[in-house]
Amino acid sequence: MATVNPPALRIDNLVVQRGTAQVVNGVSFSVPHGGSLGIVGESGCGKSTILRAVAGIDQQWTGQIEIGGRPIGVQRTLADRRAMQMVFQDPLAALNPSHTIDEILREPLIVHGMAEQEARIVQALQTVALPLTARFRFPGQLSGGQRQRVCIARALLVEPQVLLLDEPTSALDVSVQAEVLNLLSRLRRERQQAFVLVSHDLHVVAHMCDRIAFMVGGRFTDVLTRDQLRGATLHHPEAQRLLDAALTH
Amino acid sequence: MNNVQRESAAPLLDIENLRISFPTAQGRTEAVRGVSLRMGRERVAVVGESGSGKSITFRSLLGLLPATATVSADRMCLEGQDLFSLGARGMRAIRGRRIGMVVQDPKQGLDPLMTIGSQLVEMLRLHRKAPAAGAYSRALDLLAEVHIRDPKRVMGLYPHEVSGGMAQRAMLAMILSAEPDLLIADEATSALDAVVRHRILDLIEEQVRLRGMGLVLISHDLDLVARYADRILVMYAGRVMEELRGGEMSAARHPYTRGLLACRPSLDHPGQDLPVLQREASWLQ
Repeated sequence: MATVNPPALRIDNLVVQRGTAQVVNGVSFSVPHGGSLGIVGESGCGKSTILRAVAGIDQQWTGQIEIGGRPIGVQRTLADRRAMQMVFQDPLAALNPSHTIDEILREPLIVHGMAEQEARIVQALQTVALPLTARFRFPGQLSGGQRQRVCIARALLVEPQVLLLDEPTSALDVSVQAEVLNLLSRLRRERQQAFVLVSHDLHVVAHMCDRIAFMVGGRFTDVLTRDQLRGATLHHPEAQRLLDAALTH
Repeated sequence: MNNVQRESAAPLLDIENLRISFPTAQGRTEAVRGVSLRMGRERVAVVGESGSGKSITFRSLLGLLPATATVSADRMCLEGQDLFSLGARGMRAIRGRRIGMVVQDPKQGLDPLMTIGSQLVEMLRLHRKAPAAGAYSRALDLLAEVHIRDPKRVMGLYPHEVSGGMAQRAMLAMILSAEPDLLIADEATSALDAVVRHRILDLIEEQVRLRGMGLVLISHDLDLVARYADRILVMYAGRVMEELRGGEMSAARHPYTRGLLACRPSLDHPGQDLPVLQREASWLQ
């Protein structure tokens, strides 16, 4: 079955170095099309580094990364880069302040030589429920939630197989977070979009993901489904602390 | 030393009808529209979304607003002392010494070019007029009081060499060194992860009780503040929408507070769409 229909993303024994330190110590997982994996852990546990290695930002890694059954190396081709897109924590830092939203959304289309740019930009704005008036504004003229929608719209424009989300809502208010999370859930339902979501907030991860990986010191200590969370006994005390902290409120 | 003041009848903080506005291209924008607060040496939480005016309300107490801001209030007193009538010099005696503020990002609050120890000693010499030798040992004590296990080692470290939680502890030690009467924690734990967040809040609570300070806990995280405050003020668009007793978040009646509570993801019903906050113009009447 797995060979007939390869998962959207498969990681095998991923090891990431930062200088002399080994930040990720052999992590393996796979995410099917339309599936989602959440990674939770304390700051410094290496959770964001996994995403950065998969996205090709961190290049000191060994192991296997496959997108749709196709192995991907350290050097990325244009097709590799198009297959996955990343959304970062701070939307203001991720958007060029001197480009309009139109320019920001057009750039990936130019890079990947995609046709019908006008129609795609308009459609992208509609997908993330941004008003068309936002198109010719600058990032600084939008609210935090709107900026994060622009980042998501930009990531979706090139029709990636996997969306990598690094704390996408931790810079947002709860009210705005709800809107962005609903948007991501809808995209997953409608487009069978696979994603990996990294967060220190277990509530967000449990809300969004079928499976949740607890990460301590560069390793997955436990991988649970959402239904197993309540009353679970985890293998690592730090992971347990994280779960207990979330369950108590 | 402060015994006389502590016995005085005036509340620690007394704000009446505070208004703050900023000039924009479209005329003046009112960021705070008539906030009143009277508090003693208790724990008050202020919650609201970004832009609700919760931060600048308390920054105005310290005279930390941009020069373009216009501040007015019927009353703004710290233990009976009118903060408006103080000049720049008078404010310097209040800032830090009477009112301390812990900010969100400790790495930004600390000087990257000075060791934690020398920053602490500087604070002690400035605010408490401590002699050099005494200041060093007092700094060690302070680091131990905020539960830093190896104070001697941490004294010699630069801010970039310590974790976020450790930096926030060091920051708190610096603020406490001036022995303020009122501690303002402005999103002091937002940059930290869930486990460390609770440890820092426990620490703040412990120090507030120990030293008999007043605490203002500014946060956008409703769950968090509910557990650490005696009173909770919910702010929206520069106004106080409602006031709740600590730990009684579920008793909230205002649709804004209820909306904020409802749109949080929870472990109880995962996977469903979250309710989205519907804002009503009538809230601003």
